[in-house]
Amino acid sequence: MTARVVIVGGGPAGIRAAERLVAHGLTPILLDEAPRIGGRIYQQQPQGFRRKPEALYGSEAKKAEALVAAFAQIEAKLDHRPGSTVFDIIDDRLILLRENKREEIGFDRLILATGAMDRIMPLPGWTLPGVTTLGGAQIALKHQGCAIGHRVAFLGAGPLLYLAAYQYAKAGAAVAAVVTTAPWLGLGRDPLGMAAQARTAAKGAFYLAKLKAWRVPLIAAATPSRILGGDSVAGLEVLADGRLRTIPCDAVALGYGLKSESQLAELAGAQFIFERVQNQWLPQIDDHGRAIDRAGLYLAGDGAGIQGADAAELRGRIAASALLQDLGIPLHDRDDHTALKRWHRFRVALEQAMPYPSHLARNLPDDTILCRCENITAGEVRNAADQGLREINRVKAATRLGMGRCQGRVCGIAGAEVLAARLGVSVDSVGRLRAQPPVKPVPIDALAGDSL
Amino acid sequence: LSTSHGQFRRIAERERRRIAFTLDGIEAQALEGDTLLTAILTTRGHLRIAEFAQTPRAGFCLMGACQDCWVATADGVTLRACTTYLAEGMAIVTRQ
Repeated sequence: MTARVVIVGGGPAGIRAAERLVAHGLTPILLDEAPRIGGRIYQQQPQGFRRKPEALYGSEAKKAEALVAAFAQIEAKLDHRPGSTVFDIIDDRLILLRENKREEIGFDRLILATGAMDRIMPLPGWTLPGVTTLGGAQIALKHQGCAIGHRVAFLGAGPLLYLAAYQYAKAGAAVAAVVTTAPWLGLGRDPLGMAAQARTAAKGAFYLAKLKAWRVPLIAAATPSRILGGDSVAGLEVLADGRLRTIPCDAVALGYGLKSESQLAELAGAQFIFERVQNQWLPQIDDHGRAIDRAGLYLAGDGAGIQGADAAELRGRIAASALLQDLGIPLHDRDDHTALKRWHRFRVALEQAMPYPSHLARNLPDDTILCRCENITAGEVRNAADQGLREINRVKAATRLGMGRCQGRVCGIAGAEVLAARLGVSVDSVGRLRAQPPVKPVPIDALAGDSL
Repeated sequence: LSTSHGQFRRIAERERRRIAFTLDGIEAQALEGDTLLTAILTTRGHLRIAEFAQTPRAGFCLMGACQDCWVATADGVTLRACTTYLAEGMAIVTRQ
């Protein structure tokens, strides 16, 4: 009998992994939450929408089309199950929800390509209607043809910030300003690293130049103060060049780089390590995407550390190659590894130029909401620290931070930063929020399947 | 809360079929291919009232991760607004 191989995630990593497995005679099951493949970066618009790929994906249109074409080639040769939400992994079984019904799928080998989401640093007012993640602002435009407001400010750090603002302006939305916590000088700190992917770096420079030409205010080295408004966004207040500035707007797109969606990797048995360059806990893998100390588990794409969409395609192929090699199918993937090294080098330069603003955690006002789900403030986390709690899961138990429906996806990183800042320790020493099943909300009767 | 002003602004794909639905009992219209989140936020300024904060919310991540956009149908089925498409005649309830 052939090995039962399951891939979770239909983005660039998952699709390229599937393609390589199919090319070697395997018939993987491909589970994806979305109705259509592409992941978030190459998310397809709903049936019946008419924009051309260039309008949706800009300079990346050819890559998006190539991915969709690659999938069309293999679609009949694998078992694609869209609309599948995997919410638990028990031993070698995936527990998932599909069409509102609980299903279990056993596997011999599992490739997780679960992607990433925006990495957030809260600020007062960030729960107001009109504030979305940067990725969310892009999805509104790409998938729904909408701007998140009538006048949108972009706040954060990282390459997505300028890309999203550029996409909005180009599509005819009003961009109020682009504000980053990173200094302009940071962009020149590691020219060799940037040169490792000169074309991509040049695209970033192009977006900046366009925004400047369109007279969009670009503010760097800023300290975000708050988002103004009562029941909706009225403005963004930031400290820059020694003065407080108010940017009138009715929406804010917020994000400081990305964080890996690694909950399923944890439930599957991956080990985690704090990765200093990316300033986040990541599942440990070898150079081929094999999970350390967990046979049969492979991780690919941004779910196993952020390296971007191009690297995700390579990492999908590499993980599939490792899986095939482990099944005794000899395979050469040296070219993929050579290409991936350059993306890795580039990512190090990006993270250093546009880092996560950990330093903001210390001065967040006490009444700033950290956990949107449970309405837990920075002050409550600081109180827990003052009462002697030094580990983020103990703070979770005491305060309910990260205990809500999102399972700490949104608040986990900032919560740990606030705790570490109060304790005066490095953020890795307060630990990380452990993943708990179900990793996404499911009806009670779907959960009950195990015990009934 | 203001109900006359949509938070989202349509800037492309406006030539789609109109479909009718109700939002907290009020008749509304949106476009085929809209998610519930889009349908609601092009109609008014907020999506729901957060249960613990009692303040208006309008989702956050739009990608099925933050779970801040759950609404319900009139017959009690809960739905994540950012990943559910609007269907003709849906009766959406955002108040508990």
